[in-house]
Amino acid sequence: MPRHALTRRGLLRGGAALAGAGTLLGPAGIARAAGPLTVGFIYVGPKDDFGYNQAHAEGAAALKSIEGVTVVEEENVAETIDVQKSMESMINFDGASLLFPTSFGYFDPHILAMAPKYPDLRFQHCGGMWSADKHPTNVGSYFGYIGMGQYLNGIAAGHATRTKKLGFVAAKPIPQVLMNINSFLLGARAVDPSITCQVIFTGEWSLAVKEAEAANALADGGADVITCHVDSPKVVMETAAARDCYLCGYHANQSSLGPDRYLTGAEWNWATVYTRMVEQTLAREPIPNFVRGGLAEGFIKMSPLGPAVSDAARAQIETTQALIVKGGFAAIKGPLMDNTGRVIATEGQSFAETDVALESMDYLVEGVLGSTS
Amino acid sequence: MTAEVGLSGPAGLAPPGALAWVARRAEAVCIPLGALIAGLAAFGLFLAVLGKSPADFYALVYRAGFGTPFSWENTLSRTAPLLFAALCVALPARLGLVVIGGEGAIVLGGVVAGALGAALGGGFGIVGIVLMALAGMLTGALWIGAIGALRHYRGVNETIASLLLAYIAIALMNHLVEGPLRDPASLNKPSTAPLDAALRVGNIAETEIHWGLPVGIACCILAWVLIERTTWGFAARIAGGNVRAAQIQGLPVGRLILGLTALGGAFAGLAGVFEVAAVLGSANGSLVAGYGYTGILIAFLARHNPLAIIPVAILLAGFEAASGLVQRRMDLPDATTLVLQGFVFIAILLSETLYGRLRLFAPERWGRA
Repeated sequence: MPRHALTRRGLLRGGAALAGAGTLLGPAGIARAAGPLTVGFIYVGPKDDFGYNQAHAEGAAALKSIEGVTVVEEENVAETIDVQKSMESMINFDGASLLFPTSFGYFDPHILAMAPKYPDLRFQHCGGMWSADKHPTNVGSYFGYIGMGQYLNGIAAGHATRTKKLGFVAAKPIPQVLMNINSFLLGARAVDPSITCQVIFTGEWSLAVKEAEAANALADGGADVITCHVDSPKVVMETAAARDCYLCGYHANQSSLGPDRYLTGAEWNWATVYTRMVEQTLAREPIPNFVRGGLAEGFIKMSPLGPAVSDAARAQIETTQALIVKGGFAAIKGPLMDNTGRVIATEGQSFAETDVALESMDYLVEGVLGSTS
Repeated sequence: MTAEVGLSGPAGLAPPGALAWVARRAEAVCIPLGALIAGLAAFGLFLAVLGKSPADFYALVYRAGFGTPFSWENTLSRTAPLLFAALCVALPARLGLVVIGGEGAIVLGGVVAGALGAALGGGFGIVGIVLMALAGMLTGALWIGAIGALRHYRGVNETIASLLLAYIAIALMNHLVEGPLRDPASLNKPSTAPLDAALRVGNIAETEIHWGLPVGIACCILAWVLIERTTWGFAARIAGGNVRAAQIQGLPVGRLILGLTALGGAFAGLAGVFEVAAVLGSANGSLVAGYGYTGILIAFLARHNPLAIIPVAILLAGFEAASGLVQRRMDLPDATTLVLQGFVFIAILLSETLYGRLRLFAPERWGRA
């Protein structure tokens, strides 16, 4: 293939020449004054989505006040060659040395392709997939046990519901999502064991039309408290509020979308996590490759309780939250069956939030109406 | 008429007819180029209204898309799927068919290639890659070819059918990678089993540009030869100009429609194959990246000329390569690149009305009666 090689070389040579010209002609004012540390954030969706990406962007915003730290951000970056080149663009043009490509799908193969090429830089991925025997040491992963947040949402929902029917709009039947659905229902059943929760899977992380249809269908079916696990909860929250349902948030604070109807929400607290990681980097301390935490470690937080939350609900939420923070609290505990009659946990058996068995969850617990396939 | 005499004067310097030949060809280059510049200028105005500097914007686009060796690598590494996707629009368009659902063929071609690759395992090497490519192409050919068949046999509008079938293709892909084809180890990102290293398509020499790019360029050249230099292509162009006339002439319109839609689909399927074999390493939801839709814009910009697709795809890939730097430096949202593409697209569509109307390009003006 010498002909292709020649074309390529010619192109690159031409590119280099143009680059030289570009530097000479480059307009003033677009060069970035970099501090000692430039941190790059990459989001898979818009950073004002009221959800997954906004939660990360709020974490990034918290870094901007740290002395000597420059934050660069890019939104709507697909999980394709796009993200690989976005990382490299941040490295080459902005001098980023600490990168947070935040979407789950960025890890394999994209971060894994870039990390060996830039061994002196640090790639931090949200999702918890790093393993010491398989992955480069300049890659780290972090994740939060947000299922407990959905459990507390469930308690708020259990007190607020009159129909004893809850609704859950979910993206895909994968372990993380199933954990949230199950936790939400179990939280509600800690209030009243007769409560059920209907789940509707939309099949996509971000598909506004189906999310609105699902929220409406849940309301039509009698659900009067609705929560979700999709990238952007905005549509679900607005639709549910318009149907006079109560709302439990997810990912970020959505109380502004229905101030009277919003009970509380399970939020990521990336500001504390990112601040800690950046401070470690500035102090030249290593960031651990594998970091996880829950409410106690400040990885997740609850939205302030809304006006529709009763005193009884508030008391139970606060007591349970204290138990979770103390440690050892388990939402998934026996006796428990899934909604097909299979035994999940026998009497006395329990799975704490840190239990690895939960990471391959493939069931919906008894009381959840819906199916994983 | 003295002016005209003056203008046609240089005709005497060249062989008779040469200037007329140039004028005719120049129209096909100057009008799209002019429209491109007009679109960019209109977008510049839009930026200025927003209080952002158009000069800074275009300087950044140039720098991040074409200004450094890394920028070229960035641009060219995004080009391959766009070439294939644009061919899927351009080939049926020569018959007058507007097929906008190439995304579906890309996605399904990728899934079939990924599933076949996972089943093959190692041990096949280059033969395995060729098998995957053929399977992906066949899938794409069947998918878009079916749209051609619906059009020809049942009179179903191919534009609507292809667009809606793209949604069905994506749903089918989701069902397959989350169900029957799912690798049980892919917990939170349902995917087919990872391809064996022997089935991965590598990069060209020391670049990070995979072999999809030269294959894509070769496909564009082949498609050009087919359309412009074969009787089959000639028949297709006749049918594209006037179906009734083509039928009366006894041209096999049905076979042309099925053949060109299937060929376009095969190219789109190949885009999916390269995404899986060169970039993703397994088939999953990341296949839905919108290449099929960018391909529509490229094909229209290139006026459905397969050779022109090559530079236009590189230009559009450059815009996308620059979108990140523009976001970061000018604090513009990601949608900026989409708005830019929209401006250019409208300008190109408007420019369609200019063909044959500008006397500057009229061959008779340049010495041909």
